Amino acid sequence: MELILESLFNSVAIGSVLLVAALGLAIVFGLMGVINLAHGELMMVGAYSTYVTQLIFKLPILKPFYDIYVLIAIIIAFIVSGTVGILLERTVIRRLYGSPLETLLATWGVSLILQQFVRSVPLAYATGCVITIFISLLFSTVIPQNLLQGNRRKLIKTGALGTSAAAGVLTASALASLVSKLSRASSRNVDVTAPPWMRGGVDVLGMTFPKTRLLIIVITIISVVAVSIFLNKSVWGVRIRAVTQNRDMSECLGISTESVDVITFGIGSGLAGVAGVAVSLLGSVGPNVGGNYIVGCFMVVVLGGVGNLLGTVIASFSIGLMTDLIGAGRLLTIWPNMPQPLASTVDFFSTTSMARVMIFALIVGFLQYRPAGLFPQKGRMVES
Amino acid sequence: MNNSRILKRRLSLILWVVIIAALVSAPAILPVFRLNLLGRYLSLAIVALGVDLIWGFTGLLSLGQGIFFALGGYCAAMYLQLNSAGEFPNRIPEFFGLYGVKQLPFFWEPFHSPFFTLIAIWLIPAVIAALLGFLVFRNRIKGVYFSILTQAALLVFFNLFNGQQKLINGTNGLKTDVTFLFGQLVGSESVQRWLFWITALLVILAWSFSSWIVRGRFGNVLIGIRDDESRIRFTGYNPTLFKTIIFAIAGGLAGISGALYTVQSGIVSPQFMTVPFSIEMVIWVAVGGRGTLIGAILGAVVINYAKSLVSEALPASWMFIQGGLFILVVTALPQGVLGWIQGNGPRNLLSRLGISRYTATYPKLDIDQSQEIEL
Repeated sequence: MELILESLFNSVAIGSVLLVAALGLAIVFGLMGVINLAHGELMMVGAYSTYVTQLIFKLPILKPFYDIYVLIAIIIAFIVSGTVGILLERTVIRRLYGSPLETLLATWGVSLILQQFVRSVPLAYATGCVITIFISLLFSTVIPQNLLQGNRRKLIKTGALGTSAAAGVLTASALASLVSKLSRASSRNVDVTAPPWMRGGVDVLGMTFPKTRLLIIVITIISVVAVSIFLNKSVWGVRIRAVTQNRDMSECLGISTESVDVITFGIGSGLAGVAGVAVSLLGSVGPNVGGNYIVGCFMVVVLGGVGNLLGTVIASFSIGLMTDLIGAGRLLTIWPNMPQPLASTVDFFSTTSMARVMIFALIVGFLQYRPAGLFPQKGRMVES
Repeated sequence: MNNSRILKRRLSLILWVVIIAALVSAPAILPVFRLNLLGRYLSLAIVALGVDLIWGFTGLLSLGQGIFFALGGYCAAMYLQLNSAGEFPNRIPEFFGLYGVKQLPFFWEPFHSPFFTLIAIWLIPAVIAALLGFLVFRNRIKGVYFSILTQAALLVFFNLFNGQQKLINGTNGLKTDVTFLFGQLVGSESVQRWLFWITALLVILAWSFSSWIVRGRFGNVLIGIRDDESRIRFTGYNPTLFKTIIFAIAGGLAGISGALYTVQSGIVSPQFMTVPFSIEMVIWVAVGGRGTLIGAILGAVVINYAKSLVSEALPASWMFIQGGLFILVVTALPQGVLGWIQGNGPRNLLSRLGISRYTATYPKLDIDQSQEIEL
């Protein structure tokens, strides 16, 4: 009983990290047919923004609120990664719609640049850049259209740009002078420490569950519920689903697919940022942190199909379950007297890396029966 | 016969003259270190040819060519290790002693034979590629899904090789520069010079083979698959078969390339199967010009040479340059540099700068029949 409970908890823990990481990827892939190879780096951005938030909350003014910094970091990571994602969409991906393979390569280029960026630019200045971009994006949506098209448009645009640049520079220099750790570029890994109330574990039925894992599960549940409410109930959610089903028809019916693309990409990237918070709680944060999770996310998307959130959920938890069952060698514990050749095979695969090998083989096997994943999109078009 | 075709033919002739002249003069001009680097990059050109065949001509973007590259390298390294394992205890390669392995794992046995190794270097990667390709193509998995699956396969192979210390020395890889070939140290200068010549020869052979493939009807079907697979299927061809064959050929080329690269760099390790390396192979082809075989060769050699020069001078900046290159090529030069030159790129650039030559347009041609058509 205990064994099953522990196994279940482990697989849910593994699966929930995968799920929150793959959620954004799945939404963007479903909508735009774009696989974002920079998704892992957007997670990294989220993880680094957690680190920056943590350091800011160590300042004397904010010290009393240190306990809740993780919760605030989630929001900040969502905003920061979303901003970077929207910038990416507006500058690169927008030019490449209709050619998914080219998008794949371009996003890989972006991921290289992002990795090197956090290595060679001090985090304080990186924060300043993000704030500049964020504020200027904000201005472009907040300022009413008639002002942007009136005869003072040049003045207004310059003013908006100037304000955002000034805000960025101010933040960057303030951070650089206040927090010494942020003023130097470094390619070393950094550590995010959980606030005191999150350390240790919770005892249930004589077993200990680490609190950080529990928090990640809660974050995942909240993200999934929020995304499904957003997609199913809100106006923009309906539009996003419409564009996912049929882009041309939606455009004919007056949906601005351009705005839908921006919003979807922003939300997808923001979710990557939330995943980054989760990842930063599990281990140290470095420029390569995204790469460890990205292939798992791809597997989730391939297995789950793009039509349905449920597919993503089921896929990530089943991959989590398989990882735990195979990787920790639990099959042997559950069935101790299995025949010798089988036992040695199971033993051969009972490390985390070998479990991946096995899971990949299983997924390729599964795709022989369901080539489009668990929940394929229905339609009668010849895909071309 | 119009002018532009003559121009293109002249262009490729000039390119070939330059390439061959460079190859012949390289051993005389370059110091051994640089020559060795050039040899390595030439061997990478062979894998780039394979990538060009499957991506440039067939439209399959594989991010997993590193698998086949590394397999070829491992085949070569296993033979070399066994060939010079005579003086070690149990007559097995030295590293086995570290893990307490007394007996050679069974799959090492055939690599005692040089002939088997020479065949295995391309056959094993090709067979594995065919198998993987068949399983994927049979279900009409294509486009981005195919790319992701190949990348996942790459990671799987990486894990497989990285974790198996007792079978193939795991993450440390197999060294070849301290092994012996025909009684000579592989890492020595004279052997490396010979390897350079062999590589140069094999690049030309691989190029002729590839251009023979894409020239005939087989090549036409490949291009058809790239441009409209459904139509090819409706016309009565079986795209699965063609895709599997070309994927296997690319795998075989990658194997040869990996073997050559291994003996020249002195080691084969799971690092050959990391994700960035396999994607880099694609970018060589993309920059050189996909769909042009010479472009793939030039792209591989030039970018790698630039990489080694830039990383010696400014270590941090190469990632920025490479990332920028990805974005630039994809957005601005989708056909690569050679494709840009062969197309109307230079003329468009000249006319944008306002120094274009006079071009006859159709209404003018209708009136004045004597004007020659210039396309």
